[in-house]
Amino acid sequence: MEWTDVGLVLGARRLGEADALVELMTVAHGRHLGVVKGGRSQRRAAGLQVGNSVRAVWRARLDEHVGTFAVETLDARGAALMADPLGLNAVQTLAAHFRLLPERDPHPDLLYAALAILARLDDPGPAAARLVRFELAVIEALGFGLDLTTCALTGTSDDLAWVSPATGRAAGRAAGLPWADRLLALPAFLVAAPIEAARDESPPLADLLAGFRLTGHFLARHVWEARGIDPPATREGFLAALARVGAKARA
Amino acid sequence: MARHVAGPEIERLIQFLGKLPGLGPRSARRAALHLIKKKETLLGPLTRAMAGAYDTVGVCTVCGNVDTIEPCTLCRDTSRDGSVLVVVEDVGDLWALERAAALDARYHVLGGVLSPLDGIGPSDLAIASLLERCRAGTVREVVLAVNATVEGQTTAHYITDQLAHLAEAEGVAITVTRLAHGVPVGGELDYLDDGTLAQAMRARTRI
Repeated sequence: MEWTDVGLVLGARRLGEADALVELMTVAHGRHLGVVKGGRSQRRAAGLQVGNSVRAVWRARLDEHVGTFAVETLDARGAALMADPLGLNAVQTLAAHFRLLPERDPHPDLLYAALAILARLDDPGPAAARLVRFELAVIEALGFGLDLTTCALTGTSDDLAWVSPATGRAAGRAAGLPWADRLLALPAFLVAAPIEAARDESPPLADLLAGFRLTGHFLARHVWEARGIDPPATREGFLAALARVGAKARA
Repeated sequence: MARHVAGPEIERLIQFLGKLPGLGPRSARRAALHLIKKKETLLGPLTRAMAGAYDTVGVCTVCGNVDTIEPCTLCRDTSRDGSVLVVVEDVGDLWALERAAALDARYHVLGGVLSPLDGIGPSDLAIASLLERCRAGTVREVVLAVNATVEGQTTAHYITDQLAHLAEAEGVAITVTRLAHGVPVGGELDYLDDGTLAQAMRARTRI
């Protein structure tokens, strides 16, 4: 068995004394593990940092084997992120979200969305907006998609402002007002534009945090709690770094 | 079925030696044979040394170092600068820094780094005890000497955040520094990876 694909490094752990077991999110082969011979050497380890883009050749005798990767670094962005808490937490959060997906299940749209986030980490607002959308897409890919297009109470698509924490369906501002204390806020940027049209949006910090509260609720409800895992600490770190950037911008 | 060439005691010795880092079954066999040949001068003293270490070694409750006394030798050393605390991932890193003799400071061993891949979160690391040491008031600088990996630096930023909270909530003002990243001594630029080169260029200093 042999294939070549490009992908994002999600993690690498030591295997024996010299090798590394590397986890990639590839375009056509999804989240895939493989052994990199000599992956713990100083030179190879630098290319296997989380967030790096690589071209990988996977070889194994049988498809169900872990197999080996021959890896060539295409973009060593992991090193560039090291000084930036926002970027570091973002890339680790993306990796944690990819790990929620089944192994060897391709999700090219999610991979491209993640690469787009990593490409815009110099501008926290748009990067954070994309991360919220990425989390919505992960929730959908896992089979728990939210309906943020029409009001569950009136059937209209105007002035949507709430989401039911139980059903994941949107509600209009006026229609949902009597239950406002029990509903999750739906930030305007998630209603206004689809993913493709929202490339450079920079919503207010309050809207971004409301977006993360929304996705965090459904990730916890459907995924983290159901699987008995903790939310990634790096997601909290990202939100803290985002809040600091927002506070600095206001000052 | 493989035939045994020695008794069960020797086979067990080979088996355990083979579990040591750097030793495979063949080298474990060679090491075992060497020990047996030098029974009086090597095997005996080694056995006694290992038994002594087994009986007395423990983890220092102050810094997380391993030693045979509590607190450890480094924590007892009054000549060290108690205002500087060097935070490392593992005891091996502490020993490496001590070998370099670059700083006469005190240490704190985290016991790992934040790693979602291995399921290691903040509560699995010795971060609470680090904050406790900082609260005591003698520490003025924390040097984050963690590995230059994404996981290591994420941990460094997490600790920096925690220390910032400590400063805000309790007025404990501590300077947080980290090791430089860049060209290693003896390193040739042509052979360095792109990431290291980029880091080195960003961290360039005036001569």
